[in-house]
Amino acid sequence: MQKYSIFSLIKNAFSNHEKWDLAWKDPSPKKEYDVVIIGGGGHGLATAYYLAKEHKITNVAIIEKGWIGGGNIGRNTTIIRSNFMYDDNARFNEFGMNLWRNMSQELNFNVMFSPRGIINLAHSDAQMNAYARRGNSMRLNGIDAVLLDREEIKKIIPMADFSEDVRYPIFGGLAQPSAGTARHDAVAWGYARQADSMGVDIIQNCEVTGFDVSGGKILGVRTSRGDIKTKKIGLCVAGSTNVLAEKLNITLPIETHLLQACVSEPVKPILDGVVTFGAGHFYISQSDKGEMVMGGDLDGYNSYAQKGNLPTIQHVLTGGIALFPFLSRLKMLRTWGGIMDMSMDGSPIIDKTHIDGLYLNCGWCYGGFKSVPSSGWTFAHTIAQDRVHELNEGFSLNRFSKGYLLDEKGLGTKTWIS
Amino acid sequence: MLNINCPYCGDRSQKEFAYGGDGTVKRPELNKEVSDEKWNEFVYLRKSPRGKHIELWHHIAGCRQWFKVQRDTVTHEIFKTAKMNEEIK
Repeated sequence: MQKYSIFSLIKNAFSNHEKWDLAWKDPSPKKEYDVVIIGGGGHGLATAYYLAKEHKITNVAIIEKGWIGGGNIGRNTTIIRSNFMYDDNARFNEFGMNLWRNMSQELNFNVMFSPRGIINLAHSDAQMNAYARRGNSMRLNGIDAVLLDREEIKKIIPMADFSEDVRYPIFGGLAQPSAGTARHDAVAWGYARQADSMGVDIIQNCEVTGFDVSGGKILGVRTSRGDIKTKKIGLCVAGSTNVLAEKLNITLPIETHLLQACVSEPVKPILDGVVTFGAGHFYISQSDKGEMVMGGDLDGYNSYAQKGNLPTIQHVLTGGIALFPFLSRLKMLRTWGGIMDMSMDGSPIIDKTHIDGLYLNCGWCYGGFKSVPSSGWTFAHTIAQDRVHELNEGFSLNRFSKGYLLDEKGLGTKTWIS
Repeated sequence: MLNINCPYCGDRSQKEFAYGGDGTVKRPELNKEVSDEKWNEFVYLRKSPRGKHIELWHHIAGCRQWFKVQRDTVTHEIFKTAKMNEEIK
């Protein structure tokens, strides 16, 4: 594989950048693989990369119905954080933070990881108390957390509405200074390029039509480009998890919902990090291009449509304007939607299943992007070793029936409320 | 914007309604022994089909009645609405 560097850039300039190698090949599926990963999104690509790198399993195929980076890895709001209260979530995501910090060097691809910090705003004394508790839990797990009061917040985001007569005055907030954003497409491309260079076949435009299961064991997968034999399948299909689970006669604690995001026209730098509104569901950051990147609530009913509905955008931006009145003057550049695998407690599932050789990676809700490296790393371990790693043992499939929920937000089973 | 035909009030905008989830889930019978497995199924497991879905809606800013809706989860087309004691086939 050609290494990307200033020298290769100069060298290729002489040939008008027409002779770069393809970043990854476009192979046809072979008859048999050691492992087949279904879903060529961030999680699938990262899983294949760590299978090859950490476990030396390179006879791997990633099969993707559409194209690499066309699903939620290209549709998220690029926020990376580990500000979780529960140990399982906190340790898992803090492990991921370390992978994020080295990702550009490791993948030889600039993922533009930019740790600019995240602030969760509080709008009441009770919320400040809850954030103090969460911050303390984070610090016990070695994660940086800073509780900020109103005056400190005012220095960081002076353009927020700090007037006295607002409905939800800003009391303070909880910051994680090491959180940040990254270039989401580059993450997919970086993992794809490295996985491909180690021998992983990335097979696009290849839809799964069925599974070959016999005697409780995986024997293969049927696709639109022919049958593939394999003993191990890793399912990383986010919003399509329920559809494939139905083909396997499995019912999961997951509902598929639609989440929208939007960006405004680009403006000069005004917002440094990520800010979340504490009295409604709204989060905002500013991209390197200057667009305000915003998101919030789910559309609120089961959906597989990768496009949204206007009332939700209006509702989310009402919260946004309450926090940052200047947003009302900006034009929206575009809105888009992706389909989320909403788990019943808001935390993911990375586990084996009752079918031998079928491994499950789903339930990412809103938080799939930040977990791409940690999910790929632990899922690769789970597949290669046929047992869960201690980092993902809390994300078990049977935690629902056992009562060990990871309900970080305590919202219960109504996935559409979160 | 969805337009939902409330069986009591007629055609209204989505903004008047709250979603209530899968309408085919049946609570285990009261005052009888329930296995953990059955309870897990009732509380957590959902089919979440891609296509026709029977679901509950609450006309919260209207007559405040709960009712059933059959809707396509891909196109969002609404085929039928029915009162809670009526079946959607």
